Amino acid sequence: MRKSISLLMVALVMGAGVTGSVWAAEAKTEAKKEMPGQALAFSNKKGNCLACHAMPGTKAEMAGSIAPPLIAMKLRWPDRAKLRAQVWDATAANPQTSMPPMGKHEILSEEEIDQVVDFIYTL
Amino acid sequence: MKKIALALLGAGLMASAVAQAGPEDDRKQLIAHFKSKLPAVKYENYVYGALALDKDSKSQYDSIMEFPPFVGVIEGGKEMWEKPFKNGKTFASCFPNGGKNVAGNYPRFDASLNKVVTFEADINQCLKANGETEFKLSDVNTMGILTAYARTLSDGMKKNVKVEGAAAMAAYEDGKKFYFQRRGQLNFSCATCHVDNAGNRIRAEVLSPMLGQTTHWPVFRAGERLTTLQSRYKGCNSQVRAVPFEVGSDEFNNLEYFMSYQDNGLPLKASVFRK
Ligand code: HEC
Ligand code: HEC
Repeated sequence: MRKSISLLMVALVMGAGVTGSVWAAEAKTEAKKEMPGQALAFSNKKGNCLACHAMPGTKAEMAGSIAPPLIAMKLRWPDRAKLRAQVWDATAANPQTSMPPMGKHEILSEEEIDQVVDFIYTL
Repeated sequence: MKKIALALLGAGLMASAVAQAGPEDDRKQLIAHFKSKLPAVKYENYVYGALALDKDSKSQYDSIMEFPPFVGVIEGGKEMWEKPFKNGKTFASCFPNGGKNVAGNYPRFDASLNKVVTFEADINQCLKANGETEFKLSDVNTMGILTAYARTLSDGMKKNVKVEGAAAMAAYEDGKKFYFQRRGQLNFSCATCHVDNAGNRIRAEVLSPMLGQTTHWPVFRAGERLTTLQSRYKGCNSQVRAVPFEVGSDEFNNLEYFMSYQDNGLPLKASVFRK
């Protein structure tokens, strides 16, 4: 399980290298839309996803380097419920994960999780 | 980035392997872990923490340490250390060698008290034995300033913590358990940040490796905010939204004991700059 996750991450990251310029361009158009989910994802009092994940449209030095960048989410996570489950409790898929269990530990409310997932689905 | 994925995998193995070994095995494994994870860092440079991982920060550190803005505070600590008690004795009378090259032996396990004793606790014991009022362990304006000087008397000494006998071993194990225990709303262990993710950035901040973390206290954050090792523990507890333990608690003393053992062989350097 762990191995496959790590391999997935490697694949993702290598993919990110190739498509990097593309998603940077897309980010500019996306960033114009104000979304509550974005604020939740960026705020260090709330989701604080940026502490670990880079996202399109964020400056590299603002984001942490702990986790893979959140990109092409719709493509990679066609099943929205699965993506939501990852955000709700990352320890279910990977007990060793550094990612805080956003829903399980009530870091975000159910509604806030939906908003964050809506937002990262645009990435 | 590729390395991160591998390191995360390694970290999982690391945590489970460390969970079964004795202190010296733990220490060797930790060194081996960081050697493969952060190959550019020389062993003796672990005392610089996150600064060892970033050239610019390290050169900022070097220039600040030439004329540290906190020398005045350390001078104050020297006066406290040298000021005679009402009975005419001084702190130096309570420690071997007048307190020189002793800090590396701390924390020590005291078999008669059946618990871990920190340098700070022995300073308080000295005050008590001489009929003086003890300091509050968490008070940076007394204990903090005093140790900002007293620990400089051990600069260059190599950390040399001993774990001998079953009771000492139990305290060590307790500290180790604490280190790997996930806690707080954010569900982090100390190891999540300082073993698994050492060298990674959390937001803009580079996470220091666990190795070397006990060698250089107190620190002056931003060059002015005196912070002791155990008050840093409190800060890290709060960051994960856990209720922090108290400075001087058995929990923190055992944690310091476990962490200090891993630094055996690294040289001490007291009162340094941190960001
Ligand atoms: C402290 C670190 C940390 C924080 C904060 C964090 N994550 Fe993660 N996240 C990770 C790590 C590490 C992984 C890699 C997989 C694993 O270990 O579970 C991950 C994986 C993921 C994944 C699956 C990987 C992918 O891109 O397909 C998603 C989706 C995700 N995180 C979303 C989020 C969202 C949304 C937030 C904020 C609400 C967030 N994360 C906050 C560390 C974090
Ligand atoms: C969410 C991440 C996180 C967790 C969990 C965490 N820390 Fe930290 N810690 C940091 C950050 C960020 C810093 C400041 C940068 C640095 O020096 O690593 C820091 C600094 C430190 C330092 C000072 C290093 C130095 O040389 O100045 C020590 C010691 C420390 N942590 C110990 C601990 C202990 C013990 C625990 C568990 C009780 C812990 N940390 C848990 C993030 C964390």
